[in-house]
Amino acid sequence: MNTYTHQDTGERTSSSLARDIRLDILEMVHRARASHVGACFSIVDALAVLYGRVMKLRPTDPNWEGRDRFILSKGHAAAAVYATLARVGVLPREDLQTYGLDGSLYMTHVSHKIRGVEFSSGSLGHGLPFGTGKALAARSRGLAWRVFVMLSDGEMDEGSNWEALMFAAHHKLDNLVAIIDYNKLQSLATVAETLALEPLAEKLRAFGWSVREIDGHDHAALEANLRDAPWEQGRPSVLVMHTVKGKGVSFMENRVEWHYKSPSDEQLAAACAELMNHYA
Amino acid sequence: MRNAFINELVALAEQHPQIALVVGDLGYSVVEPFVDRFPERFINAGVAEQNMTGLAAGMASEGYHVFTYSIANFPTFRCAEQIRNDVDYQKLPVTVVAVGGGLAYGALGYSHHAVQDYALMRVMPNMLIAAPGDPSEVRGCLRYLVENPQPSYLRLSKAGERDFHSGRVPELQPGRWNRILSAESESTQVLLTTGATLELAMAKRERGEYSGAEVCTLPLWAMSAKRFQSEQVARHSAVITIEDHLEDGGFGSWMSEAISRDLELRKRLHSVALSDNVCGLVGSQIALNRQGGLW
Repeated sequence: MNTYTHQDTGERTSSSLARDIRLDILEMVHRARASHVGACFSIVDALAVLYGRVMKLRPTDPNWEGRDRFILSKGHAAAAVYATLARVGVLPREDLQTYGLDGSLYMTHVSHKIRGVEFSSGSLGHGLPFGTGKALAARSRGLAWRVFVMLSDGEMDEGSNWEALMFAAHHKLDNLVAIIDYNKLQSLATVAETLALEPLAEKLRAFGWSVREIDGHDHAALEANLRDAPWEQGRPSVLVMHTVKGKGVSFMENRVEWHYKSPSDEQLAAACAELMNHYA
Repeated sequence: MRNAFINELVALAEQHPQIALVVGDLGYSVVEPFVDRFPERFINAGVAEQNMTGLAAGMASEGYHVFTYSIANFPTFRCAEQIRNDVDYQKLPVTVVAVGGGLAYGALGYSHHAVQDYALMRVMPNMLIAAPGDPSEVRGCLRYLVENPQPSYLRLSKAGERDFHSGRVPELQPGRWNRILSAESESTQVLLTTGATLELAMAKRERGEYSGAEVCTLPLWAMSAKRFQSEQVARHSAVITIEDHLEDGGFGSWMSEAISRDLELRKRLHSVALSDNVCGLVGSQIALNRQGGLW
């Protein structure tokens, strides 16, 4: 298991990792004038727990065959994944400075051309089928690694996800773990106003998955549940993670506009101060 | 072609344990030899082509060479974005197999007419199109694809096609024309086909159209194979491309782009392709090809 150690303080917690990832994301989207900071912040805690505490990985050998696979299906949260990979030592941190800039490989939707990234996404509804194929390959070959796929709630509008949900349950792929970032906001309005998902957990259970719901910012709950999966033998697991879009910066939380805006200089300073203050 | 496909795939899968076949709930009386021999490498993904293609890409990312299989437009247009983003962009070894290329399923209606598939597949930068002209070329295409796994599209006709190679499996290379019949009477014309129109070209020549012309196929072509075309076109006074696809975005259109910078060569190119009048008509393959202007 990989355990995160903060380079300056020596702290060994996923919460310090989450804070550092959020700070990096802020700088990245500010520099690039890029969108999607809100969608990044809702999954940062899950990423910190996965990469810091749960997944099998070797930062100096990111293609190590025995690693757990992570697929970001909500590809617009790329900055969160790049920052995480940099903080756990897979990527050089200075690379983040090129995020979204001319000539950079670090496009603002996640790219397989980046070390440690398994899959390029950006169009929604692609990650779960792809992850299902990986899980099937692992099972066919008797390999022990797991596949984690991070989806957005709005993304569950895509029919391809429901095709994959049926398939994975039918084939009893219990090495597959889907995580739904249920922050209740999509591109123009709330999920409930756009295309109602509820009762989401019941739907997923009816599709044959093992379902748990947690607070997606509770590190202990994230770690316990992600570490334990599969929760039922012969069933794929889906963690419905109740989150807050923009989590960690008060003026970004639960606001649709932070799906699009990048922070001004003043907003960047205020956001960083709030994060440092909160964790101090 | 369907039988040549499955028999060759079974033979190759004997030697290549990474080959897997994923179907979209189609392939009755075709895929059984593979299912019987390699049940652990066969998956029926159900009527769900997006997931079929996405999971094929996922398997391919873990070392498999996956063949997805369905009819006409289902494994291509229905999941075009999965092919574009998951397979082609990430350069994964998935071969999309469509049976019923052109108007082979003529009576089944427009939903089953694959007359725009080249247009879709040839604009993907890493995609190799494999459009064999007869059963032996099916085997030749498959052998090339298994030796050179990559994003690829295998367009099959249906069943009962004549074989013009006397059973000899040709060695095929992308962009390289495969000579079926030499020129006679000092003709310097060539009939150049891709896909199942080889039989049609042979019939044209037999009945005196393009008398004595050479007949070639181009079963393997791609964006990256355009660069080989000028030198081959230059050896002939006229190149007549024949395809069972609409002219727009088709094979002749590809060839025209390939030689477009040479005005002299452009004059030699004549494209025979389906008229869009055929869209929505119903009938046998022969009748529709005639109505579409191929005869």
